[in-house]
Formats: sequence, structure tokens, C-alpha cells
Amino acid sequence: MTAPLIRVENLKVEYRSSSGSVTAIPDLSFEVAPGESLGIVGESGCGKSTLLMAIMGHLGPSGAATGRVLFDGKDIAKASPAELRAVRSGGIAMVYQDPNAALNPTLKIGRQLVEVPMLRPGVPLADAKRLAEGMLANVHLPDAASVMERFPHQLSGGQKQRVVIAMALLANPRLLLLDEPTTGLDVTVEAAVLDLVDELRQTYGTSLIYITHNVGVVAQVCDRVGVMYLGDLVEEAPVEALFAQPRHPYTRRLMACVPRLDGDKHTTSFMPIPGQPSSLRDRPPGCPFSPRCVGFTPGLCNHTVPVEDIGPNHRVRCFRHRESPLFEPAAQEIVAPAEPSAELVLEAKGLSKIYRLGGSFFGAQRRAELSANEDLNFAAKKSEIVAIVGESGSGKSTFARILAGLQDATSGKLVVLGSDLANTTASERTSEQLSAVQMVFQNPDATLNPSHSAGFPIARALKKFKVTRGGKETQSRVAELFEMVRLAPSLMRVRPARLSGGQKQRVAIARAFAAAPDILVADEPVSALDVSVQAAIVNLLLQIQKTKGTTIVFISHDLALVRHLADQVIVMYLGKVMESGPVSSLFAPPFHPYTEALLSAVPVPDPTAEQRHVRLSGETPSPINVPKGCRFASRCPRKVGTICDEVPPPERKGEAGHMILCHIPLDELAAIAPILQHKPSERAPA
Amino acid sequence: MASTDAPSDVTALGRPELPAPPEVMPDAVAASLTALAAPTAPGAPVAALGTKPPNLLRRLPTSPIAMVGLALIGTWVVLAVLAPVLPLDDPNRQDFLSLGNPVPSAKHWLGVDIKGRDILSRLIHGARTVLTVAPFAAICAYLVGMPLGLLAGYYGGKVDLVVSRLSDIILAFPIIILYVILISQIGPSFWNIVLAVILTAGPGIGRIVRGLTLEQRHLDYVAAAQLRKESDLYVMAVELLPNCRGPLITDFCLRVGYTIITIGILGFLGLGLPPPDPDWGTMVKEGTTLISVHPHMSLFPAIAIVSLVLGFNLVADGVRELSLTD
Repeated sequence: MTAPLIRVENLKVEYRSSSGSVTAIPDLSFEVAPGESLGIVGESGCGKSTLLMAIMGHLGPSGAATGRVLFDGKDIAKASPAELRAVRSGGIAMVYQDPNAALNPTLKIGRQLVEVPMLRPGVPLADAKRLAEGMLANVHLPDAASVMERFPHQLSGGQKQRVVIAMALLANPRLLLLDEPTTGLDVTVEAAVLDLVDELRQTYGTSLIYITHNVGVVAQVCDRVGVMYLGDLVEEAPVEALFAQPRHPYTRRLMACVPRLDGDKHTTSFMPIPGQPSSLRDRPPGCPFSPRCVGFTPGLCNHTVPVEDIGPNHRVRCFRHRESPLFEPAAQEIVAPAEPSAELVLEAKGLSKIYRLGGSFFGAQRRAELSANEDLNFAAKKSEIVAIVGESGSGKSTFARILAGLQDATSGKLVVLGSDLANTTASERTSEQLSAVQMVFQNPDATLNPSHSAGFPIARALKKFKVTRGGKETQSRVAELFEMVRLAPSLMRVRPARLSGGQKQRVAIARAFAAAPDILVADEPVSALDVSVQAAIVNLLLQIQKTKGTTIVFISHDLALVRHLADQVIVMYLGKVMESGPVSSLFAPPFHPYTEALLSAVPVPDPTAEQRHVRLSGETPSPINVPKGCRFASRCPRKVGTICDEVPPPERKGEAGHMILCHIPLDELAAIAPILQHKPSERAPA
Repeated sequence: MASTDAPSDVTALGRPELPAPPEVMPDAVAASLTALAAPTAPGAPVAALGTKPPNLLRRLPTSPIAMVGLALIGTWVVLAVLAPVLPLDDPNRQDFLSLGNPVPSAKHWLGVDIKGRDILSRLIHGARTVLTVAPFAAICAYLVGMPLGLLAGYYGGKVDLVVSRLSDIILAFPIIILYVILISQIGPSFWNIVLAVILTAGPGIGRIVRGLTLEQRHLDYVAAAQLRKESDLYVMAVELLPNCRGPLITDFCLRVGYTIITIGILGFLGLGLPPPDPDWGTMVKEGTTLISVHPHMSLFPAIAIVSLVLGFNLVADGVRELSLTD
């Protein structure tokens, strides 16, 4: 093996504050070979970003690192600012999580890019410009010259992230650090950025350290994976070995939380990790994972765990890793899903929402129309889970808000339990109508009022809907609801600031169920949460649904998650339904070209799976004044011809209520190869 | 699954600023571990909450700036409260004997003013007026400004247009001219000062509240309140207003300081409280006739104004700093 490009030895990072110091990384060692790609996964709060900051020397005044960070043989942990600058301008570059924060909003893209090559002595402006333009072309930004002249706000999120990657690559780095570069991007954009990272690695031979919470992403772009927990690498292995034979209980549970395209709620259950990472201050003695580990053995696991070599390049820190497959699954954790009944509770007929925008003051200008929902038709039965999927801007949240009564529809019918509520907003609905449809929102930090205790909105809902008569009765009902969502009832007196994201979403679910709704609208309820927490919340929803028989309208951008929990799926693009049908019909051909593209963009947590690459060009077009033909025509990889631009596509009906809105006939779509195939030689992981 | 969030309570205990009581910790860990070992235990409530996070006012002593401010304000408050029992001259008694040499002496610690009245006594009695009129006027301005800001921010559209344009018009008016017009029309009195403060401070308060309301009204907890049929009044008063409190506490402290200055200006312009009540602004003005010979007559009341305004500003700064580190 060649000499490692970077070698971290006994790195220890502490943060000091007035109330004492906490250890973020106790003792970490690893190395990355030239050209190698190391992925680091773990939940949030596990010290992943701290590690990158320590390597870059960016810990700030309160952070202190000891140990050695050898880059190309030189110890950069003790380098002077001038030496660090040299390393940053030619050795290590970093791509940050939020491209909006990484670019200066007041400077043109070109101006920000040319700074990088001009840091090297003797590079004139003209050369720097040429380099920058070339690099923008390399990251597949169309029309690089015009991008150079634009300001960051004139680019989309995906384009900005490409610019940031181009900026990092302009430094000719030999090691590129990426800190969750695709979090917050749409799944199709994420797939394109991952392709780009992979391609650039092949072209330039750059080493990568890729930090992510998404196990699927790691499988796609990394050679080797380190699993990080509370600042420790608990397991380290080549990507195939890790996915085929995860040994550490944390790795195993983390992987069991990831929704997969090849399983659903009837065949598999998530196995969420109980609780959340301990805070750095309460670091348990011995194995950091011990408070959450089902295999915790007192007297053994609270001693310092040595690193053990268990295979080629496969290291694990666990006393009981040989028995780890035996820890799970406890039979109680299997969630038996509810079966939909025949009773229809919700029906949308030709539902549309059009926003009329602007229009000049004197009516001289032609009015623009933004059609957020157009001609939505579907029905949901009691105890059914209907998932609505699409990228941002597809109008799925608009529909959720119309259904809940936070907005009214422009035309069409929305029949909820027999009455048409399309134009009846929350303030006009009767108490019965309101309590029939309740909602869980996306952002855990905005869903609870920071000024009120967690139990307050629930008690208030009970009172408003006259479920209880106040006083003790209300309090005990609130406590029951807290127990239903598996929160300690004592938490009802706590302000939201003291709850974790998952706990806040649980309170939000309890609040929605205080009104005993027939229909629950869940607008991306888990997309802001870690996978382990997401798994717990999804299991909880399924369990509550089973006991209460609630119909759930589940809005999501995550196809794998939808695959797991939905009975019926609706795929939306620019406000229109592209495909709908039972969940089983959607994930195999025939599918709509848009569904196909979405499926092929899902990061699959399985390095042995062969995923067909269908990539969409460009970004989602603006929903203002959409074309009269097929809305997807401008990006469709299977576009038939001008008919797609000119003529609205027909609804093609398949089996069991399957519908595809496309000019291509069903049998032709059915002949398309499936997205996922396992490589023939290798076995499927357990 | 059954005990999913049990150990998270343990983490809640260990919030950085909370020294976790050591005897609670092991119990909580033990409880969550038992819960883990038996996944069937329903809910597994772990009642380990620790103490409530100290609120802003209780953390105030940790800010040195705020403490200096509080000390300045506190000194004046104590003096004002004790004024009747302190061995002070009658603030309106003229000591003609001292008029010949009005400078500070053993008898009149801060000297006497142009009419031979004891400056120290007038300052301390004047503090009684300032410390009642200024906070009262500021509260009145809040009672007018906050509802207008809430209405404008929550309803938006035409309501916002009317409220915002009206306040723009008032804000665009030169303040001094506004005072002069106002008070010359209805004469100097306590209620006119309050009215003047409402007119000048109300629009600013309204703007702050409107901005804060605009930020929040699209947040999900407002939607959640609408979904349980809360009235608009309830949403504004119970859901939105409490979340404006951080900036508003800071603003209130500053606003009281400004009001003290305003009262000073009004007094200086001869529009303050009707004589012979001691009023700091009036005292500064009366001293100006002899300012080249006996500057102390204006200087001491000016220092009094500065110290009290500074006190409120420092408290405001301290509160702002604390709310940022929250």
C-alpha cells in the first residue's frame, strides 16, 4: 500500500467554555490513501463536522485539538497560520453543507472563483478567468461564461453547490472534504451532484472525505466507510464488507433504519435506535453506544473498548460484535400495518389551485398564473396511507394545506366524509369538520410555540374540540396522548426548546390526535430528522394508525420511505399528477418517465445493487404559465417528439387503478428495464 | 421500540448551562437502561427533568453591563422613594442667603439654582416625576403600538397598508415641531406629555411588532392554532405576542430612556410639567441663563438625565446580549 495522503493520529478535540470543557472527539486515528474516498456516517451530534473542522484548523477560539494530523507527511495540527494557508490553497479544500452560506451574496460568481487561482503567485487575471470558466464547464454548468457574470441568488440550489465544488477544485486539492454537500437538495439534483463528485474523482484522482448521515449516499460514492458515534469510529470497513456484514450494533441499527426500495411495511419493519446520542457532557464510560445498545452488558461494556481487526481493512470497536446479529430483532418491534377498509373517506375531484400573481397596478400587464395544483383526482379509503411524492415546487404542500383548510381551492371538489370542503377554510369549518382533518407539519422547530409548554397546545385542542371538560380530566388526557407517542408525560410541562427534533414531532403528532381525526395530513413530517429518529416516528405513525384506523395523507420527497409505508402513491410534477396507483405498481415498470428518474436518483444503501442511471437535465421549470403540452416535456429523457410540447398527454389506465399520464403507450413503458438489479455474482445482503 | 425516547430525557438533563444534579443522573441512566432491557415496557416514562432553564430576568445578574445599568436606575429609584424622609430642603423653598454664592457648599451639596432653591433636593424630587411619567408614558405607547403592529402584521393587506402609512406620516414629522404644535395647542400637562410620547413612540413600537408578527404568522404553530379554531384575537395575543417579548423587553428599556430625554426636551422647551414642580429639563433650561458664570445649575440636572438614560440603555444592552446567547 502506498503512503497515506492524510493520516490522523490520536486526534483529540475539546471545546472549552466558561462552564468547563467537553470532549467532542476523545481519541481518533484513521488514514486516507491517495485517490481513496472515505465516507463518514453517523447521526447528527456525533462529531462528524468537528472532525473536518479539526483537519482544516477551523475549530475557532473555543476548540482545541491535540494529536497529529499528518498531511503528506507534514503535521498540520501544529502548523502556523501561514503554513495552514499554504495547505488550504493547494492541498485540502472543503465543500460546505449550505451553498447559500458558502458564497458571498454581494459578489459575482466569477469574481469569487478567480480569487482562488490568483492566490498562487504569478497567475494573471486572464489566466485565472480561463481556469474558472473551464472548471465551471467541468462541473457541468451550462454556459459557464454567463454563470461567471451572475450573482449567487440568480442560481438554483443545485447550481450553487456546483459552483462551490468548482471553487474547491480550483485550488487543485489532493484531498477534498465534503460536509453533507447534498443535504437540502432535491433527490434528482442530489443524484446529479453525486455523479459529479464521482466523475471528478475519476478525472482528478482527488481523495475524498465525505461526511453524510445518509447511508445510501455512502454506498454510492465511497470506497471505505467509517461509522462515527460520539467522536469515536466504532466501525471502519470497505464499503462492500460493511454493507454485507455490518458488525457493530450501532452500524446494524443505523442500516436497519434506512428505508429501502425493495421492501415495504408488510415485509419489513424499521428498527429505530432507542433514544438519541448522549450529550458530550454525559459521555458514558467505555463504549459510547452503551446507553442505547440492546446488547449492553454491565461490567463489560463500560470498560474502554479496544479496536479489533476482523477482516481486511475491517476494524470494529465492540466487545460483543460476534454476537451482534443475535441482539435483534425483538418480536415486539415488528409493526403490523393496518389494512385499508372499503369505506371512502376522502375524494378529490378535479381539484385545482391557481395563484394569480402580480398583474401591474393599472392592469396593463398580462397577468401571470401559477398553477400549484391542477385537476387533482384521487380517493382514499379508511385506514389507508396515501403518499404524495414530488420534488420541491410540485404542489404537494399546497394540496396538504387545502385539505387541512389552511387555503381554499380555486375549483374542483374535495369531499371529506361526505361534505365538500374545497372552499371551506379552517375558520369556516365546523368543529366536526375541523377535527376530522388534522395536520402534522414539516419543520420540528416551527411546529410548537416556543413560548408555551409542550402540553399546552394539546390541552387547548382538547378544550376547543370539547373532548374533555378541563382541569384534571384534560391533564390526564394530555398525559395519555403523551404516552401514546411514547413521551414521558412529565415532558408536557417542558418548553419546546428543551426537546429534540424527534420529540417535537411526537408532540405534534399527539396534538393532531387530540382531535381524534379521521384523516391525518402529514407534510414531510420526518424529512428534517435523522434516519434513526425518522424510523421511530414512522413506526409510531403506523402503530397509531393501526389502533385508530386513521387515513393518512403522507407528503414526502423520499421515494424509498414512501415505498415503505404507503398503500397508494401519487407522483406529482409541477402541480399535476404524473402517475398514481397502488404502491406495488409504482416501483416496477411500467412507470412514468418522471417516476423512473426519481427512482434512479434514490441513493440505494447497497453497494452491490446495480442502479440504472436516468438523470434529468436542468432544473424544475417555473410553475408560472406552464406549457400546454406535457409539463415534464422539457426535462423528459423519453420525450417522443413535438407532440409532448403541444398536446396534453392522455391518462393511460393500467391494472388496479394504476394511472400514467404520458404519450407513450403502456406496453412500451412496461418494456423498460427495472431500475434496481443486483449484480449477478454477489449475494444480497442480509 | 417501546422505549424509543426514554434515554433522551437523560440528554435533556445535561444541557450545557445546567449543572446536572449528580444524584439524579445515575437513576435516569439506570431507568433508561432497564427500559431498554425490557422493550415491552410501555412508554417507559423517565421523570428526570432537572430544573427549568432560568429565564431572561433571572439570568440578568450574569451580565455586568446590565448590573451597572440596574445600579444607576436603582440609585435613583431608592432616592425618589425615600425623598420625603430624607433630610432635604423643601424643593421649592428659596434660600435667598445662598443666592449670592450659589455654588456647592456644606449646606447645599449641589448648590442652589437661579431662584435659590436646593438643587439636590430638586433633583431627587424631580426623579419622582421622571420615574413615574416616563415608564407610564412608555407603557401607554406600548398599549397603542402593540395592537396596531399585531393587526398590521397578522392581517397584512389593506389593514397593514392603512396602519403602516399612518405611522409613516407621523414618523416623517419632525418630532420637535410635533411637540410644539401639540403642547402649544393644549398646554403643558401630565397627560399631554403622555400623548406626545404615544404619538412619537407608538409608530416605532408598532413597526417592531409588525415585523416580528410577519416573521411568525406563517410558522406552523400558528397554522396549528388555526386548525383548532382559535379566534384571530387569541392567535395574536396568546400565540404571537409572547414570542415578541425578547426584542420588546430591550425596546422597552430603550424607550423609557428616550422618554426621559423627551420629557427633558419638553421641559427645556418650556413645555414640560407646569411649574413649580421640579422637572429636570426645566432645571437645565433655567440654568442656561447663568451658564457662563455658574455652569453647575445646568450641569447637575443634565448629569441626572444622562445617568438615568444611560442606566436604561445599559440594561437594554445587557438584555439584548443575554437573549443572543440564549
